[in-house]
Amino acid sequence: MTATDVEPTEPGETMPASHVEAHGHQHPSDRQYAVVAIILAVITAAEVGTYFMDDPSTALLAGMLFPMMIAKFVIVCGWFMHLRYDNPIFRRVFVFGLLLAVVVYVVGMMTAFEFWSAVYPG
Amino acid sequence: MTETAVDEALPSAAGAEPHAHGAPSHETSTGISNEKLAMWVFLGSDCLLFGGLISTYLLLRHRSTSGPGPEDVFDIPFTSVSSFVLLMSSLTMALAVGAIHRGDVRRCRTWLVTTAMLGGVFIAGQVYEFTSFVKEGLGYTTNIFGSAFFTLTGFHGVHVSVGIIFLMSLFVMSLRGKITQESAETVEIFGLYWHFVDIVWILIFTVVYLIP
Repeated sequence: MTATDVEPTEPGETMPASHVEAHGHQHPSDRQYAVVAIILAVITAAEVGTYFMDDPSTALLAGMLFPMMIAKFVIVCGWFMHLRYDNPIFRRVFVFGLLLAVVVYVVGMMTAFEFWSAVYPG
Repeated sequence: MTETAVDEALPSAAGAEPHAHGAPSHETSTGISNEKLAMWVFLGSDCLLFGGLISTYLLLRHRSTSGPGPEDVFDIPFTSVSSFVLLMSSLTMALAVGAIHRGDVRRCRTWLVTTAMLGGVFIAGQVYEFTSFVKEGLGYTTNIFGSAFFTLTGFHGVHVSVGIIFLMSLFVMSLRGKITQESAETVEIFGLYWHFVDIVWILIFTVVYLIP
């Protein structure tokens, strides 16, 4: 079945053919959105689970939490914000702002730490 | 103008297919929706705002010489529930966008109100959290950690509050018949803002609350 074969009206089904023709792709169905939300909830539960670990090191926590945080970020951007199949221009604009922020502030933080460690050694 | 006529009128700009998602409901020089592009540019620039606030917090949170620190005031189980509520509001927002694209205005309206209510629950939780912090002795000017924390989470709270106002505006517009399948892009563009607020909280929850 192609994307333009159906003309549904119920939630959980695919978009009307006219909509698909206008936008060139299928939106996820309500069921797919629910599955994505369940995945996000499971990752969040795993994140919260780290709080109950016995005296973990910061490095271990960061190693566990950052991948989960990035996974949630990418899933929300890709599925809920439609960046997976939207016009690539939108993705480029957003990623540019995001990368610019990461680079600018990582450099800024490194500089500040370097300055402080020189001014306040130890 | 019919949908077909609009499609025929769209220019084939470089990198923008006339039928690609983001195609505008009216002619633009780029072939993509100006409003949607403007929202993405705004969100890209908002990354810089929140990047600045988060990095400032990370720099300053352990530099207090007096007053309570993060480990003294944070209630992780409570904040986890708030985070979950905001995450689920992204689901209801996505369902609202899906409903309006199907032309189901009534269901879209229901999901918009649900999203606003979940946003309201999150804000109520933040107000409760701030109040309990103040009762525990951590005010905005108590120490440098308090200033950085309240500024970061306060800015995020303002974003959520503005989002709730927009949601209620969309709800009223839909009651007046101004939100239809043809204007689905309006709901979709607002949805982008709401999801952005959610992904910012995903970062804040991990970096501020979970990593000591």
